[in-house]
Amino acid sequence: MTVQELPGAGASHRSTQPPAWSPRTDAAPLLPDPEPYRVLGTEAADRLDPELMRRCYAELVRGRRYNAQATALTKQGRLAVYPSTVGQEACEIAAALVLEEQDWLFPSYRDTLAAVARGLDPVQALTLLRGDWHTGYDPREHRIAPLSTPLATQLPHAVGLAHAARLRGDDVVALAMVGDGGTSEGDFHEALNFAAVWQAPVVFLVQNNGFAISVPLAKQTAAPTLAHKAVGYGMPGRLVDGNDVAAMHEVLSEAVRRARAGGGPTLIEAVTYRMEAHTNADDATRYRGDAEVEAWKAHDPVDLLERELTARGIIDEAAIRAVRDDAEAMAAALREGMNADPVVDPTDLFAHVYAEQTDRLREQAAMLRAELEAEGRE
Amino acid sequence: MAQALTRAMRDAMAEDPTVHVMGEDVGTLGGVFRITDGLAKEFGEERCTDTPLAEAGILGAAVGMAMYGLRPVVEMQFDAFAYPAFEQLISHVAKMRNRTRGAMPLPITIRVPYGGGIGGVEHHCDSSEAYYVATPGLHVVTPATVEDAYGLLRASIASDDPVVFLEPKRLYWSKADWRPEAPAAVPGIGKALVRRTGTSATLITYGPSLPVCLEAAEAAREEGWDLEVVDLRSLVPFDEDTVVESVRRTGRAVVVHEAGGFGGPGAEIAARVTERCFHHLEAPVLRVTGFDIPYPPPMLEKHHLPGVDRILDTVARLQWEN
Ligand SMILES: Cc1ncc(C[n+]2csc(CCOP(=O)(O)OP(=O)(O)O)c2C)c(N)n1
Repeated sequence: MTVQELPGAGASHRSTQPPAWSPRTDAAPLLPDPEPYRVLGTEAADRLDPELMRRCYAELVRGRRYNAQATALTKQGRLAVYPSTVGQEACEIAAALVLEEQDWLFPSYRDTLAAVARGLDPVQALTLLRGDWHTGYDPREHRIAPLSTPLATQLPHAVGLAHAARLRGDDVVALAMVGDGGTSEGDFHEALNFAAVWQAPVVFLVQNNGFAISVPLAKQTAAPTLAHKAVGYGMPGRLVDGNDVAAMHEVLSEAVRRARAGGGPTLIEAVTYRMEAHTNADDATRYRGDAEVEAWKAHDPVDLLERELTARGIIDEAAIRAVRDDAEAMAAALREGMNADPVVDPTDLFAHVYAEQTDRLREQAAMLRAELEAEGRE
Repeated sequence: MAQALTRAMRDAMAEDPTVHVMGEDVGTLGGVFRITDGLAKEFGEERCTDTPLAEAGILGAAVGMAMYGLRPVVEMQFDAFAYPAFEQLISHVAKMRNRTRGAMPLPITIRVPYGGGIGGVEHHCDSSEAYYVATPGLHVVTPATVEDAYGLLRASIASDDPVVFLEPKRLYWSKADWRPEAPAAVPGIGKALVRRTGTSATLITYGPSLPVCLEAAEAAREEGWDLEVVDLRSLVPFDEDTVVESVRRTGRAVVVHEAGGFGGPGAEIAARVTERCFHHLEAPVLRVTGFDIPYPPPMLEKHHLPGVDRILDTVARLQWEN
């Protein structure tokens, strides 16, 4: 398919152009493949790097265990809410692994796992969802922006940061994550457009997990794929199997490499599936059937990799056991960390609104202090 | 005033290489009001950038730039065209310091030409300050004099907090006797100034309404009223002490602004003054504001904007023989 064949690119708008105008001739390579790119189970798997794949496997298993543990913590009331990434672990892990230390990750509210895989302490990563503070870590220290709850709003931040870094001559790439629903937001459009115009070193990763809460992709967009959206901005779009961690790693790495080399942004659509409900507050049976969920179970990211690596002798039963034990230990530490009651300091409420407290806030802080003291005396 | 604003950005950019100006048409054109005139030429397009036409994108990108250590100065072309950026402003700009427990302050200055009185058509004349002052985490300042245009903008750019810098459009062309070669030092953000001393009542105002209040104060002399005029300069933080001191002295107060009265800044100020000056007040705190209507068409705006007569009528009501 050429750009001219895309829906909406009719002759009418071309005919209004003055004679000097000519279409971009390099537009064709921007188009994504018609099918999601895959590595596992294909010939491309012959060139897998065993070391990297062992690492991916260990992270995937840890990620799965992390998801299970966090979900369990919501049931125990230790977490207010947890948006699960079961089924999406390959996207989360690959996003974390392709970044260098100096690079930045811009996660959405669902992407706690990517932040943890990048090295963030799992308890700190859950501060937002536990409710003791909004962001439980120093974003600069970890080069992980705060988990963004308003959809797609973190994308222009990634563009601005990457742009600023490039202006300063620093070798920094920003990777920003967003869901399929988030691609309908104006901020998504504005961020992609800015990034392309500025040729900012940014990678946009859309996790198309089938639904925005209850709304399926077909009601979200009329585009052939979300990756096609790249074309209109003038950046390459890539369609990739989001459950195939090897494919994810390869496509993301390539995009990061291009960004680092000054080649500008890339839009990647990872086709995946959210196996669990949107959050623990959601009832997924209202909008989808078991058959669909079952079909995706057969395409599980952990199983896919485990099968491939076992068949190729890259991991064996002992290695699998070791990885699972390690994941168990991580879960135990997380449980322990989360079971300790968080220390919340009410005076923090006024401490971080402005660089210098205003009179108004000082007054209100004094009022709260007096109330607390009175409570203490009772 | 326009020149003083340009000079403030130029001096800030010259002193601090992290200051970046960005917005729609701010480069080659120098902004639709020419406030960024010459900056792109002097500092290059990387420091004074024509962005794509997208307010959320502009402010969102500025957030990322500030995260990386730059000091973006963002121009919103007109008051009513800043609204697409409100999500970024409220959800991120205002809250980032707080969300990150102080780890990530955002030193962004958002310049918004605001208010009417220039014969502009709709969407070019909104007094949008109430939206900004209702958002914790933002500073909101507005100069009414040429000195303040320079001094407050320098202070805003230097601030480690985000500042919404409201520029009264109709004062852009006010000359006054400002000497750009030696910009006078002005008190920074959060300090109100008594612009005219008086004994009979206090007019509390800011931005575009200051010259109107000063004119009203002159006119009131004929009626035997000696009016004090306080220029707030900064709406957040609000310099309560200066206002309260003045009202305690005069015993009467009128708040004057262009923005609509219901839920406008004047409502908050009147409440605060009443709380702290109750026993000093000879009359209730009154307000003269724009009507609670969408900004009117140019031929009708003179009826909407608080003018000298409306202020004097209100001052007369301060006799308060209810
Ligand atoms: C601007 C905005 N509108 C609405 C919401 C409420 N909301 C939270 S998650 C969600 C669906 C998001 O779907 P998608 O982008 O596909 O991401 P996913 O949850 O599937 O990861 C909605 C509507 C929000 N967080 N932000």
